Amino acid sequence: MKTVLIAAALALAAAGGAAAQTVRLGTEGAYPPFNFINESGQIDGFEREVGDELCRRAGLTCEWVTTDWDSIIPNLTAGNYDAIIAGMSITEERAKVISFTQNYFPPAASAYAALSADANVKGIVAAQVNTIQAGHVAESGATLVEFATPDETIAAVRNGQADAVFADKDFLKPIVEESGGALVFVGEEVQLGGGVGMGLRQSDTDLRDKFDAAIASMKADGSLNALIVKWFGADAATF
Amino acid sequence: MFSFCADPKSLEGAAWFACYLTSGTHLAMYWSVGTVMLLLALAAPAAMAFGFAGALAARSRAAPLALAGRGYIAMVRGVPDVVFFLFVPIAVDQGVEYLRHLWLCPDWTEPVRRGADFVVCPVAKMPPSTAPRFAHDAWAFALALLAFALVFGAFAANTLRGAIEAVPRAQVETAEAYGMTPAQAFRRVVLPQMWGYALPGLTNLWMILVKATPLLFLLGIQDIVYWARELGGSKTQVYAYPHPDWRVWYFAALLAFYLTLTWGSERVFARLADRLARGQATAAGERLRRGRA
Repeated sequence: MKTVLIAAALALAAAGGAAAQTVRLGTEGAYPPFNFINESGQIDGFEREVGDELCRRAGLTCEWVTTDWDSIIPNLTAGNYDAIIAGMSITEERAKVISFTQNYFPPAASAYAALSADANVKGIVAAQVNTIQAGHVAESGATLVEFATPDETIAAVRNGQADAVFADKDFLKPIVEESGGALVFVGEEVQLGGGVGMGLRQSDTDLRDKFDAAIASMKADGSLNALIVKWFGADAATF
Repeated sequence: MFSFCADPKSLEGAAWFACYLTSGTHLAMYWSVGTVMLLLALAAPAAMAFGFAGALAARSRAAPLALAGRGYIAMVRGVPDVVFFLFVPIAVDQGVEYLRHLWLCPDWTEPVRRGADFVVCPVAKMPPSTAPRFAHDAWAFALALLAFALVFGAFAANTLRGAIEAVPRAQVETAEAYGMTPAQAFRRVVLPQMWGYALPGLTNLWMILVKATPLLFLLGIQDIVYWARELGGSKTQVYAYPHPDWRVWYFAALLAFYLTLTWGSERVFARLADRLARGQATAAGERLRRGRA
């Protein structure tokens, strides 16, 4: 009995110690509907809801931080925050530098959008810097022009700087639909990456396991699928 | 802000704009003007302090001190500013964390550098991860301020050194003939007169400092340029206030902001130059004397 009590006390102390630690979540805040900054200046979107729920299930106190996409991995390894949750696809190349949880968003299609249906997707193609889409464009033989933010890739197509933009279809879909016909999808859709996961420092295995377990539990009870449908529509790929 | 802003999508025209321009993100943008002004208010005196120390060190008769002063000036002036702005905050941040780590966690056995990761013990984090958001912002701002002071201090040091040496040698000799020590002569004769010679160079530096403030954005601080780009970008229906690409208007506003700031500075400096030239045996002093006669 006594050992059980001591063990319970120790477990409580350990849990208390863990709860006191604040986990800082880094995101871009410019990639709707994954993550964006809403009109009151708060981080909003699919990942905000997923991240808050994951932290609740893992028993962690979380705080959100925004950072440039370009330096999102260096800032993680330098310890400015503890996890990346920013629509980041799981790739082998990134996994050499950081570790990923299992995906919380299934592998999804990337697509080209352009001003006209006959646009040349092998011409000048805009993509965000350091994305799997940018890597794909470079390999496809097209001329790649890279931009720091997703929004600038769209602007480049609208003002004629690029023939097409190549990005996650889930990001492009609302933009194409609301463009009033100005933008259309062209070319073939391409499956890239292993879905979207959270990125953590490779030395931070404890935290990765906690988030991994929380994602598994959200997948199991269907709450993750509900959030995907809420933010990406009923025809989005779910688990 | 206003009570009628509860449902932005139902608004049109002036009401929409009234709500749009007073949204939380826009208020944050207006506040970020304060961030820029605070940086200027702190960076200018800090750079002057670095500059004065650098100038005095470079002119010192003690060889190590002179070497340190000249080395500082030559190094900062010889490296692109942007490289310094990127290097100083990271180096100082990790340096401070590493020293705190050695001090606070002597029993920690795991290495600090593990592959790409830089991991210090949790209590050594600067600021600690439990600190409020404000503390993190203030720390990032302080690091940026240090980078500004270091870079602009080196340029100010060179300007001040030139100004000190521009005060006619004959005056210092006269002061010494009156029995003043070198320190007294510097304080009573050189220091009051050097500002007239330093001002054109310092004015230049101030202008460059004003125009360099968007480098804050490079360091991840949400300054006015960050907000202009963030708010100007096109917004879909996911946002409360959807709009097309309006970056050109936001950048035009930035243009107006910076022009007003530099125009105001020019006027202040022109008056200051007159004030400093009064009674001086320089062309500007002579012009003032004739003007008054």
